[in-house]
Amino acid sequence: MAILKGLLKVTGYFLFISLMSFSIIRLIPGDPALHIIGERGASEERVAEIRKNLGLDQPLPIQFLKFSANALVGNFGESTVSKQPVLSEFKVLWPATVELAFVALLWSSLVGLGLGMLAAVKRNSFWDYGAVSLSTLGFAMPIFWWGLIVIFFFSVKLGLFPVSGRIDVMFDIPYKTGFYFLDTLLSGQWDAFVSACKYVVLPAFVLGTVPLALIVRVSRASIIDVAEEDYVRTARSKGLPYKQILFKHIFKNALPQILTSIGLAMGQLLTGAILTETLFSWPGMGRWIIKSIEARDYPVVQAGVFYSMLIVIIVNWITDESVKIVSPKMRDQQRGG
Amino acid sequence: MKKVFLAALLLPLFAQAADNFIFCTEGSPSSFNPQIVTDGTSMNASSQAIFNRLVEFKPGTTEVMPSLAESWTLSKDRKTYTFKLRKGVKFHANAAFTPTREFNANDVVYTFKTQLDPKHPLSIPAASYDYFKAMELDALISDVKKTDDYTVVFELKRPESPFLANLGMDFASVLSEEYAQSLIKSGKGLKTLETAPIGTGPFVFKSYQKDSTIKYTANPTYWKGKPKIENLIFVIVADSTVRTQKMKSGECHIMSEVQPQDIEALSKNPAVKIQNAAGLNVSYIAFNTEKKPFDNLKVREAISLALNKKSYLDVIYKAQGMAAKNPIPPTMWSYNNKTADSSYDVEKAKKLLAEAGHPNGFETELWTMPVARPYLPNGKKLGELVQADLAKIGVKVKLVTFDWPTYLEKSKKGDHAMIQFGWTGDNGDPDNFMNVMLGCAAVKAGSNYARWCHKEFDNLLQQAKEESAVAKRTSLYMKAQEIFAKEKPWYPVAHSKQNKVMSAKVQGYKISPLGNENFEAVSLSK
Repeated sequence: MAILKGLLKVTGYFLFISLMSFSIIRLIPGDPALHIIGERGASEERVAEIRKNLGLDQPLPIQFLKFSANALVGNFGESTVSKQPVLSEFKVLWPATVELAFVALLWSSLVGLGLGMLAAVKRNSFWDYGAVSLSTLGFAMPIFWWGLIVIFFFSVKLGLFPVSGRIDVMFDIPYKTGFYFLDTLLSGQWDAFVSACKYVVLPAFVLGTVPLALIVRVSRASIIDVAEEDYVRTARSKGLPYKQILFKHIFKNALPQILTSIGLAMGQLLTGAILTETLFSWPGMGRWIIKSIEARDYPVVQAGVFYSMLIVIIVNWITDESVKIVSPKMRDQQRGG
Repeated sequence: MKKVFLAALLLPLFAQAADNFIFCTEGSPSSFNPQIVTDGTSMNASSQAIFNRLVEFKPGTTEVMPSLAESWTLSKDRKTYTFKLRKGVKFHANAAFTPTREFNANDVVYTFKTQLDPKHPLSIPAASYDYFKAMELDALISDVKKTDDYTVVFELKRPESPFLANLGMDFASVLSEEYAQSLIKSGKGLKTLETAPIGTGPFVFKSYQKDSTIKYTANPTYWKGKPKIENLIFVIVADSTVRTQKMKSGECHIMSEVQPQDIEALSKNPAVKIQNAAGLNVSYIAFNTEKKPFDNLKVREAISLALNKKSYLDVIYKAQGMAAKNPIPPTMWSYNNKTADSSYDVEKAKKLLAEAGHPNGFETELWTMPVARPYLPNGKKLGELVQADLAKIGVKVKLVTFDWPTYLEKSKKGDHAMIQFGWTGDNGDPDNFMNVMLGCAAVKAGSNYARWCHKEFDNLLQQAKEESAVAKRTSLYMKAQEIFAKEKPWYPVAHSKQNKVMSAKVQGYKISPLGNENFEAVSLSK
């Protein structure tokens, strides 16, 4: 029974995701065939011929059935722009997005957590205001503007980091996993690894400022919340050392909320950071999908939406599960239920 | 370990090998098969770097000169072209293919037969060969045949003067028949032509990382001699502001599509030099002559008089453009210098508008280009200026725009009233401007955005297309431009200059009026 229920749930998810992926791009006007033709124009017959080649001459329900049947076996067709299988392009671009998201999230979680704790412990002090306003400022600055300032200062003026790209052009990295941090080491190119590290610094720094504000605020708020709980007060009145209370009682109980906020940020970053990727010429998913929307490249957009929805579901599920593990409250509830 | 790593991070960045030449381009190519690509970005990455054509354009001009064909003759009825091919030309090799023979007539026949006949065994399934068909070569060429290993004959259905220039265009790049056959035999399929190109050109394709880099190496056996650049690298940088920053930091040797507003600052940088040349382009505002009130010539005249072209050039093109009065640019042969441009005269405009039955003006729409093109860097700004000018004669203009595919779709149907558009030439022939944008057939094809079919004008174009004597053609096109100036289906705006920003070390680069990027003769000084 449980298996049947699970199966039904998965089928439901799948149908919903594929319907969404299929229809979103078709709801906006603009004909892919005419985009291919451009300013030049073409006769009705030529337009019809191009539409036929793209498979757009068939009725919508048939197109949808074909799409979902293929998606079920992991076949998302070919890009109408590059004529390459969508999956083969995804395989190259996805690791770039993941790598950037990982570095951005790593520093923003660590710094965010630290600043949040500092702000909560030294509540209403200079440190508190400083940490909160700094992170808010980072969040409020438009990425494009912020990124250009960073480029101008660190690359053009100081020459510390390259303006854009993922690795120095002199390196040839054979594709193994697609992750440059791994592939450079796997192929034994230590210099290339260092170069990849240099190139990721600025984009990850700029991208990380977005989740940073959220993480600082959530960790500050949840630590303050927990600090006012009865059991903390009891512990304090018993005279336990504050450090012990902070890490053993407060932090542990605040962690679920903090984890949830990191999970949210992760879901966002893993679907591709359009502005950061464009600005830093980072060859990831965000730009690919935007370009494909502009060109009405239906197969790529479909796959992109499909992936984005899937990743959000998966990340949320993982977050929920890990919250269950770390949270004493929910662990007990599960045991009880 | 940690310290070493940090030290390494801070080492000077640009230990670039001296033999790398970096072109910062604006986008990823859609494919490396020049027969099927339709955009300039892809053509530069494929046909210009890797391939040759039967004829080529003399660098910096639109003059046709021999390339893979050493010479050609034209029959009396002007329907048969006979090409004598160059000997000793070698195709590139890659990991999966080593050519066993040199370039010959079979490759030329294969190149054109596959585009002519979708049932040809080496024709790419479902490839529509868009450019070949857009130039109407499928309706022009009746046969291509080999008479001996180094002679190819093209039979045309009718005489057509622009034909030779068409053969110099990117889609006419010559591919290797032997390579295509080997792909079928090995089971890799013809799709491989799009990712692992084999040509006869100056550079050999090495690798491609989508949205990141394209790498080439010099072709050691190039028939014109090995290029001076050892490693040619295209770095893909989508944002033009970032490209400019990369230029400043020395990460590019040459960059594509600089914004007019960045030129002044760049020109002060001693490490950078700027070349410019007239562009083979035009931008315009088309009046939909099928719709009221633009079917009335007086209204079109009135609007043309009310628009202050000089202000548009100052604000939008910033001295990087010149006023347009004809549909073709002044660098093109047959440009008619005698036609009169509309003057800026608000009072006269008001008077004409009253005569046309609109003493209090009217309300209308202007569609503004949603994408930046070299011929029109900022459509919205132009729209705002036009809006302000027309308000002075009582014409209330609503600015409308859509994203690019929608813009194309709606304008093709003729939904617009006034609309901004432009064009960059393909092959340097006036036919490629006037017929594509103003011919009667183009109304149905959708590229005649004025939807203006003028019998006399169209007759002149069709005569000029079949005529062979350049002097005769010139006089026909001159006459056509007079009709255009009188009838005003468009308000021509500008011909923009092409600016190329490059490192001061770059030698031997020539700007192509067609917008091609070709690095075969380029080198870097020490």
